[in-house]
Amino acid sequence: MPSTHDWINDPVGVVEGMFAASQSNPSSGWEARAVEFFKDRLKEKDAHTLVPSLNDIPMHYLKPNSLVKFRCFIQDMFDPEFYMGVYETVDPATQAKTLRCGKYKDVTECGVDFNSKNTVTAERQTFYCVPIPGENPWVKERYANSSQARVVPSTSYVPSRQKRSYEEDDDMDTQPQKQREAHAGPQSPTEHHGNGDCKRQETEAPSSQMTSASHLDLNFPLPGEKGPSCLVKVYEDWDSFKLNDMLEVYGILSVSPALSALADEKDASSNLLDPTESMETAEEQRVHCPPASLVPRLHMLYAKQLQHNNPLLPSAATSEDNSAFLASTLSEMPSVREELLAYLTHVLLGDALAAEYLILHLISNVYVRRDVLPLGKFTLNMSGCPTVASYTERLYQIIQQLVPSSHYLGMSLQNMNQIRLVPKKDYVANRLVSGALQLAKNTSLYLDETQLEQGQLDTTGVRNVTALGNLISWQKVDYDFNYHQMEFPCNINVLIASEGRSLLPSDCQIHLQTQVAPSHLEEYLSTMHMLSQASSQLNKFRIYLSVARLLDYSISDEVTKSVEDDFVDMRKDDPQSISAEDLHRMLVVARLLSLSQGQTSLSRDSWLRAKHIEALRRSRMEQHKCVNGNEP
Amino acid sequence: MSSPASTPGGRKRGRNTNPPTRKFPTCSILLGQDSSTGDLMPMPTSPATDILSPAAPQDTSLLSSPRPSVPPNEVDMSSPLMYGTPMRGTPARQRPDLGSVRKAPQVDLHSEPPSADGAVASESNAGQRLVIWGTDVNVGTCKEKFQRFLQRFVDPTSTEDENAGLDLNEPLYMQKLEEISVVGDPVMNVNCRHVQSFDAELYRQLTCYPQEVIPTFDMAVNELFFERFPDSFLEYQIQVRPYNAVKTKSMRSLNPEDIDQLITISGMVIRTSQLIPEMQEAFFQCQVCAYSTRVEVDRGRIAEPAVCRHCNTTHSLALIHNRSVFSDKQMIKIQESPEDMPAGQTPHTTIVYAHNDLVDKVQPGDRVNITGIYRAVPMRVNPRQSNVKSVYKTHIDAIHFRKTDEKRLHGLDEEAEQKLFTEDRVQTLKELAAKPDVYERLSSALAPSIYEHEDIKKGILLQLFGGTRKDFSQTGRGNFRAEVNILLCGDPGTSKSQLLQYVYNLVPRGQYTSGKGSSAVGLTAYVMKDPETRQLVLQTGALVLSDNGICCIDEFDKMSDNTRSVLHEVMEQQTLSIAKAGIICQLNARTAVLAAANPVESQWNPKKTTIENIQLPHTLLSRFDLIFLMLDPQDEAYDRRLAHHLVSLYYQTEEQMEEEFLDMAVLKDYIAYARTYINPRLSEEASQALIEAYVDMRKIGSGRGMVSAYPRQLESLIRLAEAHAKVRFSEKVETIDVEEAKRLHREALKQSATDPRTGFVDISILTTGMSATARKRKEEVTQALKKLIQAKGKTPAMKYQQLLDDLRGQSETAITKELFDEALRALADEDYLTVTGKTVRLLA
Repeated sequence: MPSTHDWINDPVGVVEGMFAASQSNPSSGWEARAVEFFKDRLKEKDAHTLVPSLNDIPMHYLKPNSLVKFRCFIQDMFDPEFYMGVYETVDPATQAKTLRCGKYKDVTECGVDFNSKNTVTAERQTFYCVPIPGENPWVKERYANSSQARVVPSTSYVPSRQKRSYEEDDDMDTQPQKQREAHAGPQSPTEHHGNGDCKRQETEAPSSQMTSASHLDLNFPLPGEKGPSCLVKVYEDWDSFKLNDMLEVYGILSVSPALSALADEKDASSNLLDPTESMETAEEQRVHCPPASLVPRLHMLYAKQLQHNNPLLPSAATSEDNSAFLASTLSEMPSVREELLAYLTHVLLGDALAAEYLILHLISNVYVRRDVLPLGKFTLNMSGCPTVASYTERLYQIIQQLVPSSHYLGMSLQNMNQIRLVPKKDYVANRLVSGALQLAKNTSLYLDETQLEQGQLDTTGVRNVTALGNLISWQKVDYDFNYHQMEFPCNINVLIASEGRSLLPSDCQIHLQTQVAPSHLEEYLSTMHMLSQASSQLNKFRIYLSVARLLDYSISDEVTKSVEDDFVDMRKDDPQSISAEDLHRMLVVARLLSLSQGQTSLSRDSWLRAKHIEALRRSRMEQHKCVNGNEP
Repeated sequence: MSSPASTPGGRKRGRNTNPPTRKFPTCSILLGQDSSTGDLMPMPTSPATDILSPAAPQDTSLLSSPRPSVPPNEVDMSSPLMYGTPMRGTPARQRPDLGSVRKAPQVDLHSEPPSADGAVASESNAGQRLVIWGTDVNVGTCKEKFQRFLQRFVDPTSTEDENAGLDLNEPLYMQKLEEISVVGDPVMNVNCRHVQSFDAELYRQLTCYPQEVIPTFDMAVNELFFERFPDSFLEYQIQVRPYNAVKTKSMRSLNPEDIDQLITISGMVIRTSQLIPEMQEAFFQCQVCAYSTRVEVDRGRIAEPAVCRHCNTTHSLALIHNRSVFSDKQMIKIQESPEDMPAGQTPHTTIVYAHNDLVDKVQPGDRVNITGIYRAVPMRVNPRQSNVKSVYKTHIDAIHFRKTDEKRLHGLDEEAEQKLFTEDRVQTLKELAAKPDVYERLSSALAPSIYEHEDIKKGILLQLFGGTRKDFSQTGRGNFRAEVNILLCGDPGTSKSQLLQYVYNLVPRGQYTSGKGSSAVGLTAYVMKDPETRQLVLQTGALVLSDNGICCIDEFDKMSDNTRSVLHEVMEQQTLSIAKAGIICQLNARTAVLAAANPVESQWNPKKTTIENIQLPHTLLSRFDLIFLMLDPQDEAYDRRLAHHLVSLYYQTEEQMEEEFLDMAVLKDYIAYARTYINPRLSEEASQALIEAYVDMRKIGSGRGMVSAYPRQLESLIRLAEAHAKVRFSEKVETIDVEEAKRLHREALKQSATDPRTGFVDISILTTGMSATARKRKEEVTQALKKLIQAKGKTPAMKYQQLLDDLRGQSETAITKELFDEALRALADEDYLTVTGKTVRLLA
């Protein structure tokens, strides 16, 4: 059996060993055994931390053909491809034929006998994967720190970057540079904490996207993202993966320069004689076969779907582990909740009710869909946000520290008219051009409507607003496939910060009532207590919010009965006061309220409390309506 | 054009001098092609050698098949290899679609090659049966079988539009041959399903070895054709184009086993390339002695002759482009149709190559069924490189295209519409249909998350099934509308939108638009200039796209009048007329409309009529078969049930819900099945019942001097009854269907056409926009006003305000200004008076 060192550094050797062994015994199912072998290895305690991760180690430090992991998001799915699963090579000197295995490789050995009877054609699928969009810095850091893989550039290893520049002309050389420029320019809003000028970032973003698009666009859903993107080759059950899934892929890294050389070769040779080769457009070529040094290939051995990307939680390797962890945190939840509530009240300028609703929003999650109706979504419209001292942006920074992934979208007119929210299929390059609404599940999307001024929305703007409306009402995004639209369900928490009532629909609107006089607001904000990045309190909050989302929930028959009675009673008093829609909302509020307290079933108390805070919220809205009559 | 051996024939492609035998190397069934060397065929390079010698001996060495009828000749014309030879002067045309363009050896994945290693042909058991290398196809037998098929195949039940005008009891393909002789289009489309039902073995060979079998078919059909029509002239020999291979694959299920097989896939064209001239044969001329030679393309390469054969000068040959032979080729990209895709995945694409006359047959956006051969080509070996990419390039060589959406512009092609149901599925559906409560079951399965509104759901269910399509175009009345239109109106927040969303997701051809955002153009069609081709393209809007489906229009009341006006034609005539940018046409829009409207005053006012509440023109309203109100009933029992329903929505698990209701997929199939296969007709009793129902409806009002039903209502009733019969899978409309139609119609009327002033159902609210009582009232006021004016004597002009005050003083009931205005208008219509500004003048 190969040692640890072997299976991480030389997985290809392991696979080939198994292949060779299977030749004497054809029906051994070596492929399944190979996958099983790696799965077993990774199950061992902490074994997965030994595997270097593409997310935090620069690519040129990684050994080609070694085992790596990649925490990623499926941005696009390419067509399946046929490859030589088994092929035969002929040694030109001795004419000796050898059977070789083509699985988990991009390039064959030399001297392939194309006419061999022993060639086996097999099928594999390619996914285009990017790092999880909007992943917050604290998540990245934490994952990087937990890794035990120590990768030192070895002396025997020649970095592919250097090698490439020998072989290729300046055209290839400029690419990584451009790439770097594109990323060095604008920082992502996720990157800065403290300086609070999201606005500037956002307006700059589209232009940066354009420049990188001209040469090599890595197609990240959100502007200004960075990190490696990968072509993941999937060998088994690719049907079980879906677009926008979060995955942790364990696979063999392939950065063979021969791949890019091959592409070049084709351009150089005359196309006249063999038109089949020139069929793919240059764009398509660039997208599907980008230089391996920029977009490495990853041959998947094993992947697990991520339920969340919170590094503080066990990554749900086994369900028993997970439930044990959940159980242990349950008891602490009410106390953490109190602390979080106090903290958010402080942040929301002393408004405890709004803080309560914000917690509910942050733990909301579409847990099931009934035909077209998504249940469990809780889009919050926080109206009455002060427009001074970039308060809304500060609020976003706080949220950013709490949730694993989030995105800030300033709804300025310019932004709405320019940015691409909905992914669109580009048939020339044959790929899905990403948009800002292509997000992984449970990403917090923060819409800042205070940035919206009067003016005209153009066609794109109207389409973008419609897309946001659809996202909020049905939790789906209609991807634009030019000839038709395709509906992709999503699960995105949308929080709208606005001055008056938002122009977008929302499940719940709460008007912020600041306890701070406007004149003191500036001062208050400057002294606002920000939790230090790594404080244990902040970590507690992070765990709390993620755990609350993972809990199961039920309603007992008894409580059902009393809820029904309540509803009938309320209707009896005043039928106009409560509609079916209100009941919908109250049920969601009650659900989230229970979960936020760590209760997995609805209790009478929670129901009453839900009713209570709903009543408070409604009375506040009434009040507000009276204050300035123009509110609808 | 007499002797095959000596006629160069009417080749069009600038090969005036080559002798016919030159065609050998291009024959697509040439045996060498699959073998590893590919150079097995001596490449004819000089006219001196290639007339006789290489071909004939080679023939016999490869295939000594039983020679059928053809007279012995100096060149063996009977050999299957002579397929490409001009037949009675008609030249053969290369078929690049079958791979007669030489390529590197295909990846051979068939596991059953009967031939021994390297053997060119293998002899199986008795009697010199020889097969083509790598297959089990015996050319002679195959040819005979196919000729028998052509001569004997009869399909009396055929409904295909292609066979229109043919005598169904005569051999189908012989008639097609006759057609070819008349029309002169040498293409023979063969439905694979016919082949399969005639000879399953032949069909298997066709799908497994299309590259070998189709040329054999070509041969067979040409022999037959020229035997029957010896004098006919064709541009080139007939080519057989099989289609509809039963082994239809979705693009997703293509796998390595399908390589080199005949497949039919459906998809949507997303891109077409420019025309690519592909060199088939290069023409070289010696610069020294002007001696010319030709070189065939071999695996995408042309080997330039190094030495001139004639004068022995080295490197003196130059390529003459315009004397070389090229064939047309086009790359087409096909994408999976959205219907066949699993949720949450992106569509796959496949490259298709179209050759010769198939080039430019399809445009981006077309839905097509493509029959072709699936190919995988390994990346080229480059001598300068030590290793290669281990990936194959795959594509399909198209043999036949069939557009699937043409019917939208032309007649309805039921055939293509048909969804394939497995036996089991049909059985389950029929069992379901046999249940006595199937109607209730289905309606409750519709949008289970929406509470109650049973009748509305039933109405929508009937809409989903639709009535029977009747065609009276022969008698000049045109088509009768079979689609049921429904309008939902009611308070905001009564899940109207949700219901629309559900329906939109349920039906295959659903369109969802919002009245607020859509223009007349977006609903109908617009003309666009394609940026690439500069062609004018007709882009269809939501209504045309939902032909044979349902168009869901939300916020119907917010639609501009302009937009609404196009609906008039669609909702009764079911067509759309377009006269724009030089394009004048009438498109079919046989769509059912499901619309939702909100009341003008945000809350439904029970004291007003439907018309007043939603302010839609009554001309449009009367086109809706059913108008439902979705109101909050405000009663305790209802509240309790609603609460229970909602709460259970939140705590029941997915499985529990599944048990309670029918699966959405079953419902979909049920509807699709009923729509395609069930065409109920009225039974005697049912028509009687309908007549009675109609007379009854008329009677209700007549007592009070009101009209309570118009023929349009009768048509609605018929449609609803038919739809209900469809729900039961019944071919006959019976009395129970009529009963239900009556009940539903009455329920809807009760809600929407009740006159709030009298409490009676009054259909004229919907047909004239005014209830009969209101009309009577208006009449009275007009009379009173006239009397008043007459009483005033000879005053030619009066003040408007004063007249109103006088009338108010006189009348015992309140007279609104509107009513007064209407009365004035009525009098003005009688030419009794005119109103100018604030003065009323009498006309003498």
